[in-house]
Amino acid sequence: MYSRAYKTAVAAPPLVWVAVFLLAPYGFLLCYSFWTVSQQALVHQWNLGNYRQLLDNSMYPTVLFRSMRIAGSVTVLSLVLSFPLAYYLSFHSRKKELLYQLVIIPLWVSYLVRAYAWKTILGSDGVLNTLLQYVGVTRHPVEFLLYSPFAVVLTLTHIYTPFAFLPIYASMEHIPRNFVEAAQDLGAGPMRTFWTVIFPLSLPGALAGATFAFVLSLGDFLAPLLIGGPSGIMISNVVVSLFGAAYNWPLGAAISASLLLLVLALLFLVERIEKRLSFT
Amino acid sequence: MISSAQPAADSGTGDKGGVEPLLSIRSIIKRFGSTTVLRDVSLDVASGELLTILGESGSGKTTLLRLIAGFEQPDGGEIYMAGERLDHLPPYRRRVNTVFQHYALFPHLSVFENVAYGLRVRKVNRQEIPKRVEQALALVKMTEFTRRAPAQLSGGQQQRIALARALVNQPKLLLLDEPLSALDANLRRQMQLELKSLQREVGISFVFVTHDQEEAMALSDRIALLRSGQLEQVAAPREIYNRPATAYTARFIGQTNLLRGRVENGLAQCGTLQWPWGAPDGPAAFSVRPESIRLCDPAAATNRNSVRFRAAIRNQTFGGHTDVLEVACPDSRVLLVRIASRGNLAGECDFEFDAGDAIPVKD
Repeated sequence: MYSRAYKTAVAAPPLVWVAVFLLAPYGFLLCYSFWTVSQQALVHQWNLGNYRQLLDNSMYPTVLFRSMRIAGSVTVLSLVLSFPLAYYLSFHSRKKELLYQLVIIPLWVSYLVRAYAWKTILGSDGVLNTLLQYVGVTRHPVEFLLYSPFAVVLTLTHIYTPFAFLPIYASMEHIPRNFVEAAQDLGAGPMRTFWTVIFPLSLPGALAGATFAFVLSLGDFLAPLLIGGPSGIMISNVVVSLFGAAYNWPLGAAISASLLLLVLALLFLVERIEKRLSFT
Repeated sequence: MISSAQPAADSGTGDKGGVEPLLSIRSIIKRFGSTTVLRDVSLDVASGELLTILGESGSGKTTLLRLIAGFEQPDGGEIYMAGERLDHLPPYRRRVNTVFQHYALFPHLSVFENVAYGLRVRKVNRQEIPKRVEQALALVKMTEFTRRAPAQLSGGQQQRIALARALVNQPKLLLLDEPLSALDANLRRQMQLELKSLQREVGISFVFVTHDQEEAMALSDRIALLRSGQLEQVAAPREIYNRPATAYTARFIGQTNLLRGRVENGLAQCGTLQWPWGAPDGPAAFSVRPESIRLCDPAAATNRNSVRFRAAIRNQTFGGHTDVLEVACPDSRVLLVRIASRGNLAGECDFEFDAGDAIPVKD
């Protein structure tokens, strides 16, 4: 077996890294959330004022619920898009490798480029509006396309669908093909085989994909910043402004800590469900 | 194409003229890309028969099974079941069930639900399902495991569940793809016996794929030996062992000595060995089983039909009740001889075999 010194030597660098760059910042964040600001200066006075403010001021819950609604929509849409795609690729495509690469390629493109691309498509003299006017559906540019929660959902769905797709595809690839043959052998047609064998066995992947899409969208601040407009502001934008122009780090930290707690609770729940769903 | 001319003496279930076979495979051709996996295979399976498709890996035996099940489509030829065209139907419309090599039990369903799967799909009356599942599990002695998940079962137990899951549908034909290959030797032998008696009990035709010739001999009514996509011989186990049609068959099924030589003027000549043989002149090959050769006393009177030779003992392998000798003839030909176990032999000994035990084979 390996000596204790060897194990320590191997484990130390990542542990130090995690301690310095992850645990310590979280610790500071938590501390900040219990302090206050007075006249543009930080006051190291322990209190729960920030958390009380989160509940009292209806703006924060409103934005949080909107963020969750947007993240939920993105999750549902990306599942609806990626589940059939993964099924087709895994079970029926002859050009699996090529199509797989096509799904993955957007991940190599910068997030900003993809967000700006939607700005070009949805803007008042963007691709979509020009097309609509050319075809004659409208005479004036449709304004609600850009700078709305709708635009944010669209963009985030585009950006995070590969994240939902990958675990679903992976779990489908892991389904032994003779399960499908066994189902057919026992008289099940394609639909029945899908619903009784493939679908239940790919649920853990779908759950992982949904978690990715939800958590990543929930914390997103660039898409709402670029194309969300005032009605599309999400919780991270509030945090950014509190740490920036508003200069209220303690309140920002309190929101961040609450959000972190929410996400951790969600991940814990997901793990419990996932254990129930997997059978190996 | 070689097939047994006379009906299998010890099976009683071989081809019977006039009776329609349950399954009829006719001139099947199957290619994967540029390689031809099955070339012109024709085979009939009788009702209630246990037929083994035997072959080395890559001989096409699993492909043949998958064609019957419907997981592959033939590139030529037809398959009929009870007189109806089978190869146009998708797998889920065939009255055929399969026991897969690695069982393929659904991991997310309990033993009960696995066995009930086929019944539910075929919309069997809801009240009837528990009874039929129970019966199927009783058949394979697994009634106590109804509520378990497949992952909680051993390999042998999973094997039984796979069997029950297939049999519960009362198929006309059961296909088994090397079902015992994942089991250890003892369990394997026990399952062979159980499979055979189970098959007698349910009376369903079994088509059993294996690469293990001993297993094939122990189980089958008939063996279909497949070699590189072609049928080498189809016959009952005793027939195929005692009268192999080709050198390949003789060597694949059991051990044998292959003697290559010529027939000239009514005499078979293989090196220094020769015996009377009524066949036209030309090259010939014979299979002589090791147990057909015996030690003999050189002083004893010779029989006209026995072939005697003197050979040096090269090796003696103790095998319990029999010993296998490796002996070198004067023409340096090495033969295998199986004799009842006795003390160590050394030097040169005299051997003989009956000319009638030299089976002419196609080389």
